[in-house]
Amino acid sequence: MRLGLILGEVGSGLRRNISMVISVVLVTFISLTFVGAAILLQMQIGQMKGYWYDRAQVAVYLCTELDSTGNCTQTAATQSQIDLVAAQLESDALARYIERFEFETSEQAFENFQAQFSDSPIASFVTPETLNESFRVNLVNPTDADILIESLSGLAGVQNVEDQRGYLDQIFAVLNAASYTAIGLAALMLVAAVLLIATTIRLSAFSRRRELGIMRLVGASNRFIQTPFILEGVIAAFVGSLLASAAIVAIVQFFVQGYLSTTLQNTTTLVGVSDAVIVVPILVAVGALLAASSASVAISRYLKV
Amino acid sequence: MIRFDAVTKAYPRTTRPALNSVDLEILKGEFVFLVGASGSGKSTVLRLILREEQPTQGAIHVLGHRLTSLTSRKVPYYRRNLGVVFQDFRLLPNKTVFDNVAFTLQVIGKSRGFIQEAVPDALKMVGLAGKSNRFPHELSGGEQQRVAIARAVVNKPAILLADEPTGNLDPATSAGIMTLLERINLSGTTVLMATHDVGIVDQMKRRVIELISGQIVRDERRGGYQTQAVPVQEFARYAPEEAHR
Repeated sequence: MRLGLILGEVGSGLRRNISMVISVVLVTFISLTFVGAAILLQMQIGQMKGYWYDRAQVAVYLCTELDSTGNCTQTAATQSQIDLVAAQLESDALARYIERFEFETSEQAFENFQAQFSDSPIASFVTPETLNESFRVNLVNPTDADILIESLSGLAGVQNVEDQRGYLDQIFAVLNAASYTAIGLAALMLVAAVLLIATTIRLSAFSRRRELGIMRLVGASNRFIQTPFILEGVIAAFVGSLLASAAIVAIVQFFVQGYLSTTLQNTTTLVGVSDAVIVVPILVAVGALLAASSASVAISRYLKV
Repeated sequence: MIRFDAVTKAYPRTTRPALNSVDLEILKGEFVFLVGASGSGKSTVLRLILREEQPTQGAIHVLGHRLTSLTSRKVPYYRRNLGVVFQDFRLLPNKTVFDNVAFTLQVIGKSRGFIQEAVPDALKMVGLAGKSNRFPHELSGGEQQRVAIARAVVNKPAILLADEPTGNLDPATSAGIMTLLERINLSGTTVLMATHDVGIVDQMKRRVIELISGQIVRDERRGGYQTQAVPVQEFARYAPEEAHR
C-alpha cells in the first residue's frame, strides 16, 4: 500500500516536472561522462606506467668520434673504457640494483634505427659510426636510475647516462593534465547538476504544497513525506548516470579499442571495455548519492514541523 | 487533556506578544469555543496545540505530551491524535471525496482493509455516504466542510481543533455543521473551536474562552459570544475557584 502510494507520487512528480527532469538527466549525463573519462584516463596512465616502466631502461651512451659532450673528446671510447664500464655494472655496489644489461654495438643500434625509422627520410642520413655504442641496463626497480647515473656518468668514455623514464614522464604529465581538466569540468558540471536537482525538487514540492501541508497536519512521518521527492531526484540522476555509463563504454569500445588501437597498433596497452565496466558502478553510485543528498537538503525546508 | 501554563508566544520582529501568559485547561470531552477579535490570539492557541509553533515561554501539555520537549521526529506521531478543520476546507481538488478522506489514512500507513472500512463509516457519519466518488468542486461549501470533518475524524482523534469552520458558510449550513461537531463531541472527542459566529456561540451554550490582545479575559462555563455576566476579574472576587478553571 505505502510503497504503491510512494511510487505513484514519484511518477506524478516526474510527469509534472518533465522538462526539469530532462534537464537534470542531461546535466548528470554530461558531468558523469566527464567523471568517467577522468577515471579512465587515470587507469590508462596506470596501465602505461606498468607497461613502460618494465621496458624502460637506463642507457649508458659511450663516446663516438663525433662527440664532444660529456666526458668525450672526439675520440671513440676505447675497449678498456668499455670494459671498465662493464666491470662497474658487474661490481657488487651496482649489481644488486641491476636485473640485466646488454651491450649494443653501433651496428645493432643502426639496425634498430633503420627498423624504427624505415618510413622516414632520416634513415638514409644515418651511418653506423654516428650512433653511440651503449649499455642497455634493466633495473630491478626503475626508480633507482639515479644511482646508476651518479656512479657511471663520471667515467671516461661515457657520453651520457640517460633514464628513459624521463621521456615517459612527459607523456604522463600530458595525460595527467588532461584528466585533471576532465575532473575540473566534471566538478563544475556536478555543481550545476546538484543545484538543478535541488531546484527541480523545490518546484516539485511547491506544486504539491497542498498535499504536503495536509500530510504534515495529519501526521505523516518525515520519511514518508520526503521519500517520493528524493526518489524523484535519484531516478532522474540514475537515468543520467546510465546514459553516461553507456557513453563511457561506447567511447572505449569504438574510439579507444576501435580507432586508437588500430592507429597506435602495439606501441602501448590501452584501457579496454572491462575497465569501462568498472567505471559504471562508480558513476551510478556518484549520481545517486549526489541526487539523494541534494534532494533531501532541498526538501528539508518543507519538513520543518 | 490540554493545559497551558503561563504560555507566552511572541512572534519574531513584533513588540506585542500574540499570547501573553495564558493559563488554560480543557478537560476530556469538553466542547469549547474560543472567541475574540481577529489578532486576539485564537489561531495562535490552535497552532501551539498542533505544535506548528513553540511557545516563547511557559509549558503546554496535550494528551500527556509535554509539547515543548517533544522532538520533531515525534511530532508527526503526536499529530495523529488530533483532527483539524479549517475555514477554507483544504481539500485536494484532484482527489475524490473518498480519496481525500483515505489520503490521511494512507499517509500514516494504515492498511487497505482498514481504509476500506473506516472511510465509508466516516462519510456516513457526516452524511455524505452517497457522494464518495464526487470531486470537491462538485460539492457545496457545506458538503466540502463535511468532507474536511470526515477527514479530520476518520482516524478517531482524541481532540478536534476547528479554526472558524463555519466562516465561509451560510447560517443554515453552519447549523448543520455544528450539529455534526456536537455529535462528534458526544462520542467522546474533545472539540476546541475558534469562531466569530455570534449566533452559534449564543445558541450552543457551551464553555466560552474569550481572548483579547493575547490574554484570556473570560472563561465561562455556559457562555455567550458577548460578556453576559460580570467580567472575569469581578467574577473572581466572588467565586475564585470558578474563575480559575
